[in-house]
Amino acid sequence: MEWIYDPWPWYVAGPIIAITMVLLILFGKSFGVSSNLRVVCSALGAGKFSEFFKFDWKHQTWNLVFVLGAVLGGFISKHFLIKDFSVDLNPATIQQLELMGFQQFEQGFLPELIFGIDALDSWQTWVFLLLGGILVGFGTRYAGGCTSGHAISGLSNLQIPSFIAVIGFFIGGIIMTHFILPIIF
Amino acid sequence: MKFIKFLILGIVFGIIMTKAEIISWYRIFEMFRFESFHMYGVIGSAVSIGVIAVSIIKKYRIKTFDGDIIHLPPKQKSISRYLIGGTIFGLGWAMTGACPGPLFVLIGFGAWPIILSIIGALIGTFFYGMIKNKLPH
Repeated sequence: MEWIYDPWPWYVAGPIIAITMVLLILFGKSFGVSSNLRVVCSALGAGKFSEFFKFDWKHQTWNLVFVLGAVLGGFISKHFLIKDFSVDLNPATIQQLELMGFQQFEQGFLPELIFGIDALDSWQTWVFLLLGGILVGFGTRYAGGCTSGHAISGLSNLQIPSFIAVIGFFIGGIIMTHFILPIIF
Repeated sequence: MKFIKFLILGIVFGIIMTKAEIISWYRIFEMFRFESFHMYGVIGSAVSIGVIAVSIIKKYRIKTFDGDIIHLPPKQKSISRYLIGGTIFGLGWAMTGACPGPLFVLIGFGAWPIILSIIGALIGTFFYGMIKNKLPH
């Protein structure tokens, strides 16, 4: 059972994600995590400001419960299913990270430079994390979905719009990773 | 009790996101540099199985567990909203290293600073709702 603690390969993760999507469809729902952001806005009273948030968000309670489960899944994995938190990266990736000043990346899932407690001492980290989030929230709603809604659900249903959205995800991701992050760090 | 199945599915999803290192900022960085097959394997195999499953559901008009008709509405036709919106999301995905699923999984993982990104994502969603009508769709 030692494999439980090892990183799970793509051919385990991909099929389980597909099964999750299919089960949600068979439960009469759909797989899409970013919609929850709109639901939370609506629940917090954003309907007073825009028609976009005027809907009966309680019909989406199941999706909020799904997200709550996802949070629990993260907790369970961290405390019971992982012993070694190092990520086995491509040496070329590591070389680039070193060039950008990232260190100790063999010790965890996340870079200390962004997610470490010390990093929060600088206001730049706050802006970086907040801005990254704003782009995720704005972009997913504008595109009408994220990785789950477009890349998995949409492509599974052979939707051209989802294919265009995924191309967009990669245009943005490549610009940020190759050109902007090396300037920031 | 009617929500318990969604809670369980969410837990499975959260465990997969973590155990396959999809919530790792490094994995996303590596993916956008095309230096690992891992993420492409995850998305590719999920979509391959998804395409087969969805086509079976459609072909045999499979109903939900409650016996209702399944309709998978086609996405609205447009290029601009998907390309521009998608690109904006991609920029944010590469910064936070997290798409919306992992954004939440990371709280459970104890990566507290990600709460800033979640607050940001709510602000971004709200902002979209405010200026939606002024944007090309």
